[in-house]
Amino acid sequence: MSSDSKRKAPKAQAKPKIGVFKFASCDGCQLCLLDAEDELLGVVGAVEIAYFPEATRTMLKGPYDIGLVEGSITTHHDAQRIQEIRRKCKTLITIGACATAGGIQALRNWKDVDEFVRAVYASPQFISTLKLSTPIAEHVPVDFELRGCPINKYQLIELLTATLVGRKPNIPTYSVCMECKRKAAVCIAVARGVPCLGPVTHAGCGALCPSYDRGCYGCYGPMETPNTASLTSQFRILGQSGDQISRAFRSFNAWAWQFRKASEECERA
Amino acid sequence: MTGRGGRTIKVDTLARVEGEGALYIKMAGNHVSEVKLRIYEPPRLFEAFLRGRHFSEAPDITARICGICPIAYQMSAIHAIERALGIQIAPEVRLLRRLFYCGEWIESHALHIYMLHAPDFLGYQDVIEMAKDHRPVVEKALRLKKIGNRLVQLLGGREIHPISAAVGGFHKAPAKSQLRELVSELEWALEASLEAVRWTSTLEFPDFEQDYEFVALRHPQEYPFNEGRLVSNRGLDIDAAEYEDRFSEYHVKHSNALQSVVRGRGSYLVGPLARFNLNFDKLPEVAQKAALVVGLKPPVKNLFRSIVVRAVELVFACAEALRVINEYEPPAVSRVPAPNRRGVGQAITEAPRGILYHRYAIDENGLIVTAKIVPPTSQNQKRIEDDLREYAAQLAAWSLEEATWKCEQAVRCYDPCISCATHFLKVVIERD
Repeated sequence: MSSDSKRKAPKAQAKPKIGVFKFASCDGCQLCLLDAEDELLGVVGAVEIAYFPEATRTMLKGPYDIGLVEGSITTHHDAQRIQEIRRKCKTLITIGACATAGGIQALRNWKDVDEFVRAVYASPQFISTLKLSTPIAEHVPVDFELRGCPINKYQLIELLTATLVGRKPNIPTYSVCMECKRKAAVCIAVARGVPCLGPVTHAGCGALCPSYDRGCYGCYGPMETPNTASLTSQFRILGQSGDQISRAFRSFNAWAWQFRKASEECERA
Repeated sequence: MTGRGGRTIKVDTLARVEGEGALYIKMAGNHVSEVKLRIYEPPRLFEAFLRGRHFSEAPDITARICGICPIAYQMSAIHAIERALGIQIAPEVRLLRRLFYCGEWIESHALHIYMLHAPDFLGYQDVIEMAKDHRPVVEKALRLKKIGNRLVQLLGGREIHPISAAVGGFHKAPAKSQLRELVSELEWALEASLEAVRWTSTLEFPDFEQDYEFVALRHPQEYPFNEGRLVSNRGLDIDAAEYEDRFSEYHVKHSNALQSVVRGRGSYLVGPLARFNLNFDKLPEVAQKAALVVGLKPPVKNLFRSIVVRAVELVFACAEALRVINEYEPPAVSRVPAPNRRGVGQAITEAPRGILYHRYAIDENGLIVTAKIVPPTSQNQKRIEDDLREYAAQLAAWSLEEATWKCEQAVRCYDPCISCATHFLKVVIERD
């Protein structure tokens, strides 16, 4: 052995540990990581995937530098689990509409959940579920909420990069309308009278639905300062009934308070 | 965990499956006394909140049952609703839907073959570890997966929860030139899939053959996606409307799970193996040849070989995508009108993991009165447990750690999607 090889190698800097945690959800947002085909090998080279059951059998104990949380809280057990996860994660990021707004399963929040369970399950006594489906931030402090149903994988990579280098992520909070304008797309609501949630919906999808000839259905949830009352009046002018408008607000981000309030006002009206 | 000559195989968190589940097998010597595939994924109650929603919302809502196979949900929902409303779609739209499904199969099968399943055969914890020794294989896998996703993206707007598929057609149909742009990449993918068949066939498979009832769609002309009769190797031959008469879900006390069975018979198997065994003659020549060259011919009864069958279906999906693109002419209207009407409709389509059944009853205002959804994983669940009962007994000589990993592998052969299955499985939270 040469004297060189005896010399201690400089201690490699430990890679930041990432954990991916799932609650009530469809798995789609965590799948965005695996769907980043061009970036995946680069990302996993820069971090240590310490806990990500969908992708690996390796399950390392915390603490984790970054915790990505998908899904909403719908059981007592999960309400406890999120507390433990929060304690183990230096930075906690929620990914997607379930984790940031309760998801589509929050439609139970306006109904009798026991009746819901009876409608689906033959032996409802086996089902342990909470009356409400709630976002993670109703249970623990969250450092960043990434919107979307599903999230945009490029926004996820931007958010991870920014968090790792300690800068503010470049994730705009304006509405889908801005994205339409940037694409120089003709406004389908104004030009063709299609009911479109674009004016009140958080950007991030790249104005997908209007580009495919349909109105935005709000899967990124409310933008920072949505004028839902004005949009409701516009929908009425377009001939939409209160029920229809209420349903439009009540989908994947139904429990986000701005959409919740708007849908309840339509019901009352 | 050995005691009194018995042992317990336990996996608290099943890895590299979609959703959250656990495995519990109790043994005394060679005798398996209990097998539980425990699902602790919380229920989301889709069929309950679909009531009162307009039928046009069902494709977008049910897509959210599963981020891995949203197209399957959209296709089953749309076809069931079109049947309830009596809608006829344009032939061009029919072709586009096949193409859409090709994209999902390519993306889902490439994900499962290389990223979720192959590490088991090669002794890795995950694809990241595998990439250190097999980087070219993993890069090829990612490129394959990406072409599937590109197809979905072009037709549906995005890979996960696409937005263009609708009752009556698509919100927007692609131009011919847009599809043409994918041809060279798909030609590469076809070659890569043929390579995948060769590569997966060189893996080592345990000697484990079972006498399955295979259940899949069968269409007179084509390998099935959206249409056909539901058939089995034991004489089943029915229309989707008869599904609930011939299949039932029941409750096994010790497993606390709703399990699907063929009435009067028992467990059955859906998915790639079932499709391949029942529809081999409908595969294009290139896929048939690729299978035969590596010694794969129906009936394949070894579940572990499903990884090779998935690769053969990759070949099919790439060849089919190229065929559709070659024939494609944009429809005159991308979407026929779907006026409100009272009705009931059922449909079965072939999700990557097997048949997916939807039924909707709709009222005169177009609102959903009842919905029923039976996903592939809940149909395979009893079969998974039956397999494990046999397989665990064969593993008595192995160390507990090795036997546990082997049982996990057997479950992964099914490519189970627990997020999907949860709406139908009994969820038990075990508390001390």
